[in-house]
Amino acid sequence: MFDIIFWLLALTAVVAALGVLVMRDVFRAALSMILLFLVVAGIYVTLYADFLAVVQVLIYVGAISILIVVAVMLTQDVWRGSPPGKFRFTAFLVALAFLVVLGWGIVGTNWLMSDELPKQPTVAGIGAGLFGEGGYVLAVEIAGVLLVAAIIGAIALMREK
Amino acid sequence: MMTLLEEFRAWLSAALPEWAAYLIAGIVGIFVVLGFVLTLVIVFIWYERRLLGRFQIRLGPNRLGPEGIFQPIATALKILIKEDVVPEKADRVVHWLAPIVVFVPVLMVFAVIPLSQGAILADLNVGVLYLVAVGSVSAVGIYMAGWGSNNKYALIAAMRTVAQIVSYELPVVLSLLGVVLMVGSLSMTKTVEAQVVPFIVMQPLGFLIFFLGALAEMNRCPFDLLEADSEIVAGYHTEYSGMKFAMFYLGEYGHALAYACIITTLFLGGWRGPVLPPFLWFLIKVVAVFSLIVWLRATLPRLRVDQLMAFAWKGLFPMALINIFVVAVEMLWLVDISRWLVVATNIVLAVVLILAWSRLFVLGRGRVEV
Repeated sequence: MFDIIFWLLALTAVVAALGVLVMRDVFRAALSMILLFLVVAGIYVTLYADFLAVVQVLIYVGAISILIVVAVMLTQDVWRGSPPGKFRFTAFLVALAFLVVLGWGIVGTNWLMSDELPKQPTVAGIGAGLFGEGGYVLAVEIAGVLLVAAIIGAIALMREK
Repeated sequence: MMTLLEEFRAWLSAALPEWAAYLIAGIVGIFVVLGFVLTLVIVFIWYERRLLGRFQIRLGPNRLGPEGIFQPIATALKILIKEDVVPEKADRVVHWLAPIVVFVPVLMVFAVIPLSQGAILADLNVGVLYLVAVGSVSAVGIYMAGWGSNNKYALIAAMRTVAQIVSYELPVVLSLLGVVLMVGSLSMTKTVEAQVVPFIVMQPLGFLIFFLGALAEMNRCPFDLLEADSEIVAGYHTEYSGMKFAMFYLGEYGHALAYACIITTLFLGGWRGPVLPPFLWFLIKVVAVFSLIVWLRATLPRLRVDQLMAFAWKGLFPMALINIFVVAVEMLWLVDISRWLVVATNIVLAVVLILAWSRLFVLGRGRVEV
């Protein structure tokens, strides 16, 4: 049963990802990406990572996709997309090289499997890991300060002179 | 403790193989919740029209069936038979998908709402976060409707939706965090179990912020700018008719029902209550919350766009921040001394903050100026 669900999700994910690349209509491409985000959340659910799945939907579907869709409104020609530039061939080569490196990495890695059952209430574990003793409190704090700095920077840039 | 669904599954698996029991129990559970939602939505449509009638000193629909109870069914039939018109230059696929993307998340909300003791589809241990996440998806659907219609009024409504929902999500989530702090868990059943004293008494300010934010998230009056019929025709569903319009209409009432259920579960103690059976208590509270929503719709005029944004960012957001900070401090030091000390502090806090902030939003201050 898990296998069927995994293959369904994986196939949808790949089709959605291809859709983002192939579709000329930028808005539809953005919608295809939202589908991809949702499917990835589904894959997290099958891996017992419920917190991660919910956060994926909340941040990627609820916030980032909205940002992308608003950005789409600012592009010049939404329905036809941007025409291919003169670096077409170079871009193809770079993409191919990246694909080869990625494929080599995936095939060459010795993936470790664990027989241990996944920890069930994930939230408490994540909370303790982030804020508990010996956790990543400093990293969380630095990320918070960085985000605040980014927001203040954005406001400063947007302010009327 | 096992939920009713798990007991049903255990009972089934005595006779059937594991996967079949899992599947059948799931499907039956979904249909029960779906039946509950659709019945209540139909009743709510009738109830709102009657109640609005009373508020406006008229009768409301009262002809079809006793007290006009069959009116929503007649309305639904009428809408379903209507012709489905799609604008010629619309993006057909997006136009067709949008009502589904709006409607499905609304139904998904009900999966984590405990309708009665143990009557919950999925007791996720990230329940509260799931609510927020699923709720944020329907903004995408509204945006699709506005864009796909290829109509400038629909697009204006879609832009307003994005601004409104993104802005009001912050105070809503922050006020939810206050509840989560008090419960110490994200699970909805644990939230109900933790409410020996309902959280509306424990943190009245959190309740107010959540309620107002929820009104904005479900696009209800006075925050119904995206279908402001006096400015932008019918907003994002200007170009919709027939079945697709019905989906939006149902989705809107489903949203109101969903938020009434969420408020009941998180702030009013869910199915808890003396004497009466749990499910009846749940229904009474849901109807009470919905009546309050209708009352506000009948009373308040619509906000202007800039007022709406100012209210979210300068009003609710700082208040929600102060609220969560105070709740966190209380959970550290005060709650061990006495629960009623927390209640008293929070009520005083709510009154002081609301009085302080209301000075910011006084209109005109007696000056006559346009």
